[in-house]
Amino acid sequence: MSIISSPHIHPHNSISGVMLNVCFALIPGIAAHVYFFGTGLIINMFIAITTALLTEAWVLKLRKRPLRPSLMDGSALVTAMLIALTLPPLVPWWIPFIGSAFAMIFAKHLYGGLGQNPFNPAMVGFAVLLIAFPLEMTRWVHPQLPDTYHLSFIDYLRYSLTSLLPAGYNYDALTMATPLDNMKIQLSLGQTVEGLQSNQAIMGKVAGKGWEWINLMFLLGGVFLILRRIITWHIPLAMLAGLALIAGISHLLAPNHYAPILFHLLGGATMLGAFFIATDPVTASTTPKGRLLYGFCIGLLIYIIRVWGGYPDGVAFAVLLMNMAVPTIDYYTQPRVFGHDRKQ
Amino acid sequence: MSARKLGHFHGGLKLSGHKQVSMTGEVTTSPIPPQLIIPIQQHIGAPAEPVVSVGDRVKKGQLIAKMEATVSAPVHAPTSGTVSAIEEWAVPHPSGLPNTCIVIDTDGQDEWLEDRATHSQFHLLDPEELRKLIRNAGIVGLGGAGFPAYLKLQPGQGKLVDTLILNGAECEPWISCDALLMQQRARDIIDGLNIMRHAVQANECLIGIEDNKPEAIQALRNSLTDDEKRYIDVVAVPTRYPTGGEKQLIKVLTDMEIPSHKLPIDIGVICHNVGTAAAVADAVIRGIPLISRYVTVTGTAVAKPHNLHALFGTPMNFLLQQCEVHEGKLGRLLMGGPMMGIEIHDRQTPIIKTTNCLLTLQPQDIADDHIPLPCIRCGECARACPAQLLPQQLYWWSKAEDFDKVQDYNVFDCIECGCCAYVCPSHIPLVQYYRFAKTEIWQQERDKQKSDRARQRHEFRQFRMEQKKQEDEERRRKKKELLKKAQGDKPDEAKKSAIEEAMARVQAKKQQQHTATKNVDDLTDAQRKQVEEADARRERLNKDDPTT
Repeated sequence: MSIISSPHIHPHNSISGVMLNVCFALIPGIAAHVYFFGTGLIINMFIAITTALLTEAWVLKLRKRPLRPSLMDGSALVTAMLIALTLPPLVPWWIPFIGSAFAMIFAKHLYGGLGQNPFNPAMVGFAVLLIAFPLEMTRWVHPQLPDTYHLSFIDYLRYSLTSLLPAGYNYDALTMATPLDNMKIQLSLGQTVEGLQSNQAIMGKVAGKGWEWINLMFLLGGVFLILRRIITWHIPLAMLAGLALIAGISHLLAPNHYAPILFHLLGGATMLGAFFIATDPVTASTTPKGRLLYGFCIGLLIYIIRVWGGYPDGVAFAVLLMNMAVPTIDYYTQPRVFGHDRKQ
Repeated sequence: MSARKLGHFHGGLKLSGHKQVSMTGEVTTSPIPPQLIIPIQQHIGAPAEPVVSVGDRVKKGQLIAKMEATVSAPVHAPTSGTVSAIEEWAVPHPSGLPNTCIVIDTDGQDEWLEDRATHSQFHLLDPEELRKLIRNAGIVGLGGAGFPAYLKLQPGQGKLVDTLILNGAECEPWISCDALLMQQRARDIIDGLNIMRHAVQANECLIGIEDNKPEAIQALRNSLTDDEKRYIDVVAVPTRYPTGGEKQLIKVLTDMEIPSHKLPIDIGVICHNVGTAAAVADAVIRGIPLISRYVTVTGTAVAKPHNLHALFGTPMNFLLQQCEVHEGKLGRLLMGGPMMGIEIHDRQTPIIKTTNCLLTLQPQDIADDHIPLPCIRCGECARACPAQLLPQQLYWWSKAEDFDKVQDYNVFDCIECGCCAYVCPSHIPLVQYYRFAKTEIWQQERDKQKSDRARQRHEFRQFRMEQKKQEDEERRRKKKELLKKAQGDKPDEAKKSAIEEAMARVQAKKQQQHTATKNVDDLTDAQRKQVEEADARRERLNKDDPTT
């Protein structure tokens, strides 16, 4: 006779349900990305997902764990999609392969698999690629429009498999610095924010051509996740608030040296980071107050890295740094238990 | 009075009520089954002690088991009949272990005990007298926990009761017995409330009912007299599980929190279930002890779900048959609601004082067909926890068996409502982990007390030995001194005589040891005879032997 513990009923929720909602919420951002940068993302995503699932299966086999529950929970799928979204569209196949495999093996399963990893696997994968292959990781193609595409799906596929550009093209013609990179370098060369932003072909209306739309689409997906109660508002709002606060103060003090708030909020990986990366439940803080602190600090760190650090964008490193602080944050931000005094 | 400002507790769940399923039609009175199986423990505390023996004829309302401890409750015969056995039987308990039951073969006469004491003028009685009546009627909390009611009507020295609360929230899905009780016996509930109010001299009375039971709220409001309206307020509270939890209901009604590890009385509140109030009215005004109750029989595996008025000891199957249980479809039988109910394995298990509901679920309604996946720290559990705990931290430390940490995260503030496990997307049976941790901690506490006692005993023994050693030494030293003094007076002679005396003592002792028989205290006659024969032989030998 087994002793079965209450409760005896359960709503139809599951981890895979959570993950599928996340995948669904990524679609507008992915669509915008493909619209402006072409189909390279699709190829990278395919390679990253396949690698993630195969690597996970292999590690599960080594660990003598059942394959089905882990492969079907959708977490590897989400990690792989996020890695692909951080990559430039024009990269050889082994870039998504290495990023995805490293994330699965080192960032996830060496710590014990789903739920056990202290660091966001997708961001670990990205950070490794950025540090190990800086050249491949910083060649972003120009944002394009469908009627003026330089690169077709076949071109992307050929490049992925063979690293060969289409005949008659070189990297200089195809790629450019991202708006964040451009802003950083040119400011250090004595340009003004106003002067840089007047070049709308690169800088778009507020935060870089294409990028501002991609960010808006991720914001849309993020709002969907909050409405579906998949994530709470705490981390995204606190992160955006932290970023906006420090960007606002800087811009107010020296408008020509520091980009305006919207440039930071809608530039780079801000919205992807706020709603899809910083909110990864496994590696984020879990208490309401802790989430606010965690998100806020990520926002501050993103700005610090973007403006004073060595990289044009700082989402990945900001998230990884705050991942380290999570146990401490959680410990000191425990909510007041019912019937206990306010001061613990 | 209706514009009361309500409090709010963290978390909780909006659950589908399913209450209408069992609220169609009247409450039917279940016939008397051929046999009643009455557990001697239907409450929290010490089991009652049977005062009848097999073969005795008992009448309805007769005491059949008396209480032997303060935290206990007596048990009465629910109908007339003959005691046919007092034996172990399956009882509704989370452990699934059987317990002693008094089995009565009913005679169908339903013959009442004569001379029942009735007190319609209860307000003339002393509160102590009322508590005694309630205690002797075997009344326990009918909401589910089964704590002896008279103890909760005993505020204790220097404690004043400001608010007396009746809990009619009935927040668990499917259950409707309290709702129907409030509709059909509203006046009895108010009478019981008045008796309780008199017993504890409470100032104000509140009846908290979830707003998904408008008929019950109306019925109670309608039954109040103008005078009663001055001090009784029937309050509709938002429907949210677990509002029926004592701490949660008090928070909602009074906006006061019971401090951790304290009782409601510590903040001047006493809380009883509406069913308990009706039972109190029966006991005091009509002299009817607690022998029956309303039971909801409902769920997806009965064709005619409804409420029944059933005698304690009625086998559950007897009620299920009346509600036309679908034999093939019954996947799980629960006593209580789906959130906190316990599983019943044996359908012959009897109805007891705390049986508010029999819930039948089909296999597809049941939660545990999912394999638990790892915790992804989503925090849904913390969002749902009405005690505002961090369930995933508790889970983590319970799993690691780090019970100090579990206590640091306040596992004993957990009310086991099941909200966390309900919302968990990984389907982890969280409550089971907390029950495990609590049980382990209690066990460790007991072991510690035991070892503490053993250590104390050991230390005291060491202390005694040490003391004895010192005393002995002291005595020896004194003796030596005395001897030295004596030697100083007459050295050789004293020594000599002391030695001689000692020698004589040794000789005498040897003699005694030689002749005295040993081990002859507890001998059988046959052995004694053998010994005597052996002695006689030895005697003969000694006589014959010339060397001695």
